[in-house]
Amino acid sequence: MPRCSTQCGKNAILKRPKTGDALCKECFFEAFENEIHFTIQRAKLFRPGATVAIAASGGKDSTVLAYVLKLLNEKYDYQLKLVLLSIDEGITGYRDDSLDTVKKNRDDYDMPLKIMSYKDLYGWTMDEIVAEIGRKNNCTFCGVFRRQALDRGAYLLNVDYLATGHNADDIAETVLMNILRGDLSRLNRCTSIITDSGDGIPRVKPLKYTFEKEIVMGHARVLLKDLEKIDPAIIMNIIQSGENIRVNETAKIPKLTKCTRCNYVSSQEICKACILLEGLNKGLPRLGVGKSSRVKRILKINEENSKKCSRTEESCCKENEKKSCVCKSLSSCVR
Amino acid sequence: MKIKVDFSGGAELLFGNQKHHEVDLPVKDKPWLLGDLLFWLKDNLLQDRPELFLQDNSVRPGILVLVNEIDWELMDTINYEIQLNDSILFISTLHGG
Repeated sequence: MPRCSTQCGKNAILKRPKTGDALCKECFFEAFENEIHFTIQRAKLFRPGATVAIAASGGKDSTVLAYVLKLLNEKYDYQLKLVLLSIDEGITGYRDDSLDTVKKNRDDYDMPLKIMSYKDLYGWTMDEIVAEIGRKNNCTFCGVFRRQALDRGAYLLNVDYLATGHNADDIAETVLMNILRGDLSRLNRCTSIITDSGDGIPRVKPLKYTFEKEIVMGHARVLLKDLEKIDPAIIMNIIQSGENIRVNETAKIPKLTKCTRCNYVSSQEICKACILLEGLNKGLPRLGVGKSSRVKRILKINEENSKKCSRTEESCCKENEKKSCVCKSLSSCVR
Repeated sequence: MKIKVDFSGGAELLFGNQKHHEVDLPVKDKPWLLGDLLFWLKDNLLQDRPELFLQDNSVRPGILVLVNEIDWELMDTINYEIQLNDSILFISTLHGG
């Protein structure tokens, strides 16, 4: 049986992806925690005295993040106040286990927990959305709403930072996807260890350089896993490639602005979540699914049609007539 | 030869949603290698979607394997010779954070 590379005399239990070192349990935990501390220090990630919301899904990454932040906060006196923030999408049965895990995190790490539901935030549960849109495309709603749900939750909790459990494998995957999609603005943002969503609450990724394998021991993804098998350094190399890509100054990059309706950060005039909500509330659930140019076209057509429609708003709002009448896009015609 | 096989992190879904299995491997001339066990599990315990468990002659990338709580990468992976009462654990990391 191999011995720990640190010459501590104990038997090794794992081979580190980053270095190839064989480490015993104690030396592994020490190296793991020290690296995250180093990452936090080098990036000056947190201001002393700040409140940090940890995005907690009940999964391995957020559980490890809560554990390691609590440990480092005490060990190195970051003077942070840590809270857990969870999102409940409102899918019957789906979150039962993970919310139980989050509640266990709350008890284990002695941190306050706030659970925000889609119903509270948007007026719709995912179950209600699926009933409206069907089994296809509902991931669009869930994903877009969840992205904002954390921001909104952080805002309501009045915290200074929102920390997510994105690990090195996650970030490398996102870099690859953004390269494949040619999405330069996201490519720039996705490798940052700290990003501002425009609401003044920075999002931070303390596990940015931590390997998934190490988080566990303590369809684009498959490609990455294959690459990692060949050479674990590739994960770090991909992140670095993403960081190093410089964009030609003449290239047009969408600017991050604020949604004119809800004031949350958006690259469009009206954010995706508001478009999706508008579609749901007007009985046009497919409105926001697809390209934003398509949305603009449909909204325009509906606006023109509604001018021609002879019916009154009241009659259009009746459930049975709404589906057949073209003026269902009347802005006041909502449930 | 009796050994213990466990699945977690989602890998149990491929094995009838049962995490713990007491396995009795049939006698054979050559030693049982961990690589042999993978195919035995595929033929005898796996309920569906073998492509989510195996790839080529090893586990699918993203599944971690522990032999008696030690990373199999320290134990020569598929070439490890299985011993009586060994405990083999498969952890899937592919279901999200």
